[in-house]
Amino acid sequence: MIPGALREEVARDGETIVFVAPERLLETMTWLKNTPGQEFNYLVDVTAVEFRDRERPLQVVYFLRALERRVDLRVKVELDAADLAVDSVWGLWRGADWLEREVFDMFGISFRGHPDLRRILMWETYAEGFPLRKDFPLRGRFSRAEQVRQALNANPEAHYSLDELSIADAWGDLPDDMRERLKRGERGTIPE
Amino acid sequence: MKRVVDSKEVAGQSPNYLLAKFQNLVDWAVNSSRANSLWPMPFGTACCAIEFMATAASRYDFARFGMERQAFSPRQADVLICAGRLPFKLAPVIRRIYDQMPQPKWVISMGACASTGGIFDNYAMVQGIDTIVPVDVYVPGCPPRPEGLLYGILLLHKKIKGESLFDAERRRDEQPLDEKGLRLSPAEIDEVSEPFGNSVHQFRSS
Repeated sequence: MIPGALREEVARDGETIVFVAPERLLETMTWLKNTPGQEFNYLVDVTAVEFRDRERPLQVVYFLRALERRVDLRVKVELDAADLAVDSVWGLWRGADWLEREVFDMFGISFRGHPDLRRILMWETYAEGFPLRKDFPLRGRFSRAEQVRQALNANPEAHYSLDELSIADAWGDLPDDMRERLKRGERGTIPE
Repeated sequence: MKRVVDSKEVAGQSPNYLLAKFQNLVDWAVNSSRANSLWPMPFGTACCAIEFMATAASRYDFARFGMERQAFSPRQADVLICAGRLPFKLAPVIRRIYDQMPQPKWVISMGACASTGGIFDNYAMVQGIDTIVPVDVYVPGCPPRPEGLLYGILLLHKKIKGESLFDAERRRDEQPLDEKGLRLSPAEIDEVSEPFGNSVHQFRSS
């Protein structure tokens, strides 16, 4: 293990949890993935925890699995609520892309180096905050009428970038006018 | 043109007697055609959609009531069946689908969540799709059994058969109240979205 990175190691119910210093996270994860004998080549999930006790820091939790060795590992970093930022592991596991977007959407934790850090569950113009934080009221911050108004004014077609649509593969084969329309974010017009 | 509702009462005295007879005949023909050939636009978002599929499948088979063809395009649909909870992210989608449906059109709100928000009284869920689109029939249940949905469909038939072709109101497209796009006033939306049941101990923080 990298000296100085490990803060605490807990073994509970046969599962290993390691706490890592946030500034050493990327280094540790690289080591965990690439070192022979570790080879945690599968990122199962990324999530976060906020505790009711305001004094306790937020935790970002990474579930790792070494598929060949059949071993699980849980890596946690603790983040102070004043500075919710941690390095993205997107460079190591591409699957971290949407997982980190979800953590950003729900908790407001930003991931440095993430290629496309946008909201993923809520729409992109959602203005009420981060729903899974403890200071977020269950029904949201706005009145129902305001929520309905803002939802109706959101563009339902703006959630996906062109790369995420399967049509991106066939981009070169599309007719020119269709390509133009897609570039403008338009889905075609209804003939009169 | 005002429709003479009870033609028997004015029979023999009103100059509109023949006209009323004619209107009733036309209404009967048109409404029977409409009611007995409703093409549903399924908008299934949750577990109610499973019951909806059961209703469409062979045991309950709503094709018996003229719903043989499910229109998966709003352009060919008559009745929008919202089966399941509607998150706010889908609100503009169902509004657009409703707007794309040609008149005459009807909406069935299937299940507790579509009708009221159900158990999902939270930040992400529309508290009843009647805050987004006008609803003709509410089917209660969580989820409703296929018999329940069939009963709702039959109620809609009854409603359609009571409509009149000479009532211009039915053909008018609903306009939003203002540039905000709401169909109810904000006060009404807040009122119908109020918590109920065991969730009254929760408060909005701001």
